[in-house]
Parts: sequence; C-alpha cells; structure tokens
Amino acid sequence: MSIKKALLNHKNDILLATGILLLAAICFLIFSFSMKEGKYALVTVDGEQVYKHSLNEDDETVILGANSSSGEQNVLVIKDGKAFVKSANCPDKICVSHRKISKTGETIVCLPHKVVVSVVEE
Amino acid sequence: MKKIHKITFISIFAAFAMVLSYVEMMLPPIWSAVPGIKVGLPNVIIIFVLYKLSFKYAAFISLLRVFAVALLFGNVLTLSYSIAGAVISLTLMWLLKKTSLFSMVGVSIAGGVSHNLGQIIVAMIVMQTKEIGYYMAILAVSGVLAGIVIGLIGAMLLKYTQKIKIK
Ligand SMILES: [Zn+2]
Repeated sequence: MSIKKALLNHKNDILLATGILLLAAICFLIFSFSMKEGKYALVTVDGEQVYKHSLNEDDETVILGANSSSGEQNVLVIKDGKAFVKSANCPDKICVSHRKISKTGETIVCLPHKVVVSVVEE
Repeated sequence: MKKIHKITFISIFAAFAMVLSYVEMMLPPIWSAVPGIKVGLPNVIIIFVLYKLSFKYAAFISLLRVFAVALLFGNVLTLSYSIAGAVISLTLMWLLKKTSLFSMVGVSIAGGVSHNLGQIIVAMIVMQTKEIGYYMAILAVSGVLAGIVIGLIGAMLLKYTQKIKIK
C-alpha cells in the first residue's frame, strides 16, 4: 500500500468517527432510560468500601480521600433518593460538578482522591 | 527478511509495545469502575507494524506483548481483557485496511473502539453484570479520541520511516 493511500481518506474517516459517536449517543440514551432506580449509595476509596447508605434516607457524610493525612475530603449528600458530592477539596472539582446520581450503575468519580461513589441494587 | 532479522525486528517492536503498556499503567485509571480496562497506547506499535510489514508480524508482536505484560504486572483477569481487546481490534484493523476505504486514522479509530468494546464484553462476562454496559458509550467516545491520536502518530511514524525498506 502506498503512503498516500494510507494517509489520505479523511472523508471516510470522519464518516466512521461520526457514525460511531452517533451510535454511542443512541446507546447512552437507551441505557439511561432503561436503567432502574438504585437502592444504595456505595463509596469506595482506593478500591475499599468505606460507606453504604440507603438512598431512601437523607444523609450527609464526610468521606476521607486515599491520602487522608493531607486532609483530602469529599462531602457526600443523599437527598430525595439521589446522591451527590456537595463539596470537596480536590483540585479539579469534577466530582462536585457531577450531576446527582440515582440509577443503578451510575457513578461519581473523584480521581485525585481515588473516591468512587456508585449506586447499587444490593 | 532473514530469520535473525525477523527475530530482532519482532523483539524490538514487542519491547516498544511493552514500554507503552507500562506508560499506560502509570496513567490514572479513568474507568476505575472496570479495573484493568485501558485505552490501548501500544496500538501505536501494532498499527505501525501492520502497515509497514504485515498482519502476521503485527499479530505476533501484539500477542507477545499481551502475554509478557500479563506475566510481569498482570493477572488472569487483566490477561483476559487484554487478549479480547488485542485480538478483536487487530482483526478489525486488518480487515478495514484491506478494504482501502479508510486512512490509517480511520483504521485506528475502529481499532481503538473495538479494543474497548472487546474488553468491556469480557468484563461483563467475568463480573457477571450488565450495569457496566453503561460505560460502553463512554468507552466508544474515548476509543474514537484515542484512535485519532494513535492513527496520527502511526501515520507520522510511517511517513518518517518511508525510506527504510524492510524486506
Ligand atoms: Zn473531586
């Protein structure tokens, strides 16, 4: 195969990428509509479970990050059957801006603190 | 190629691919919900060899890398993810390359996405859960992005080594 042929075919490449992204978007929508409301909020820090609480009871708790000695904290709130991170002292604040989760399989991840909040069935 | 050249070539590129696997391990685990799932940085080497030489060499190097990495840092679980990802993505890239419909970037996108899908399917079987299917959409997007970057790097490598003939 010539180099030119290997490098130039942008139209088909873009079609392929758009097709895949479109399919992914459709799958995502189908999944989020078909997902069941979960029962518990589960928190793991660096892979270890540290907290589990029913979504039906409101709660507010401080989760210590993987590096708790340096004061890493995420404040997790459960309210109206939904879980979210109210505040955190991580550098990126992605976990704080994440939307509230309530459906089985949904997660909020705080990478810097290695904190994963997920909604589970059992 | 003489036999000694073949062995040298395969070893060098398998080593490159292993280094990239190692680099990838150092990156933060974005999808911590599904441990062991990776974007597929070593694919740079695999796609380059696929274009520069042949499917046979790419397959050999890819499998060599998967087993060597599993032996060094992994376990049976990560091995099963890796094999699924590597086999599916390389086969698809080879078939798409044959059609000549796409450039290296397009082929690499297909490779990246199928790499992720292969891994997630195995993860669903291993972890006995359908919930992570939710991540498929996200992994498809990350596969497209990784595929574009890897395809461009691969194309650049191919361009700069154009004068080096391997026969
Ligand atoms: Zn955070």
